[in-house]
Amino acid sequence: MPHDHHDHLSPSGHPYRPDDDHPLTYWQQMEIAVRELLIEKGVTTAAEINAQIDTMDARTPANGAAVVARAWTDPAFRDALLADASAATRDMGFDVGPMKLIALENTPTEHNVVVCTLCSCYPRNLLGLPPDWYKSRAYRSRTVKEPRKVLAEFGVTLPDTTTVRVHDSTADMRYVVIPARPEGTDGWSADDLAKLVTRDSMIGTGLPKSPDAA
Amino acid sequence: MTDTNTFDGQRWHDMGGTAAGPVPTDQHDFSLWEKRVDALMIVASGKGHFTVDGLRRVLEDMGEEAFETMTYYERWIASVNQNLIEAGVYTTSELAQRMTQVAARGATYGEAASE
Repeated sequence: MPHDHHDHLSPSGHPYRPDDDHPLTYWQQMEIAVRELLIEKGVTTAAEINAQIDTMDARTPANGAAVVARAWTDPAFRDALLADASAATRDMGFDVGPMKLIALENTPTEHNVVVCTLCSCYPRNLLGLPPDWYKSRAYRSRTVKEPRKVLAEFGVTLPDTTTVRVHDSTADMRYVVIPARPEGTDGWSADDLAKLVTRDSMIGTGLPKSPDAA
Repeated sequence: MTDTNTFDGQRWHDMGGTAAGPVPTDQHDFSLWEKRVDALMIVASGKGHFTVDGLRRVLEDMGEEAFETMTYYERWIASVNQNLIEAGVYTTSELAQRMTQVAARGATYGEAASE
């Protein structure tokens, strides 16, 4: 069947995981069988599965960046976000689902970082699916023990005077970091500010881009 | 690897605080079959056939070797399947028959996924 995934690298520069034109694996075989059985049994439809994939694909760090930029520019929204991030993001039109979302605000003296030591819980309904490293043994194991070393591997070196707070997610409770607004962005619009907000800055393993780089 | 003669109170998946190497930087784009597994989990659990706790229970019971040797969504489809069978949505026999049919369609995912 023709499809447009024949290039070695995807548009984002990452290799595709073996897919349509590689030998069928046992687990792929199971996925096809499970999906077909669910459709036959009337549990779901092919259209519903496709729609769910589209919904998940549409969730990207840009959604979180819009939330962060609004928190930087709208004090009432910031207060609402810190009080109840699920409700505040829902009011912005982002469907975070049943999970409880908690926003963690970085300050000049405090830096927050998010991990899931037990599995891979992530604010996926806001930011999309987690990066592979978030699910890795190394990140899950070390972040709660030596967060500064882990952050340094991501290129984030914080002064000793900055408190690092590590937040361990659960299946029902997810965190998103509100990074500190970069210096030199006075008067910027929320849309322009959002361009400085990276995925990693909302996990805590990164900082927003410098306004000079924008 | 853990010492099998003692139990320190943490199961294998409870990784917080254990020693490990550098955080890997490799990243891949999710392929169609992985996205489908993700969607199956969300849709089937959203309809009440199992919960995220059920997903995790099976993932954790699969053990450390599965974590090290299977990819993320390979483990997820194994867990989704186990939960659906437990919920009575279909039987192991129905699954086996369907998997045989799927494999007979062709040697690649694209062929096997096309009825």
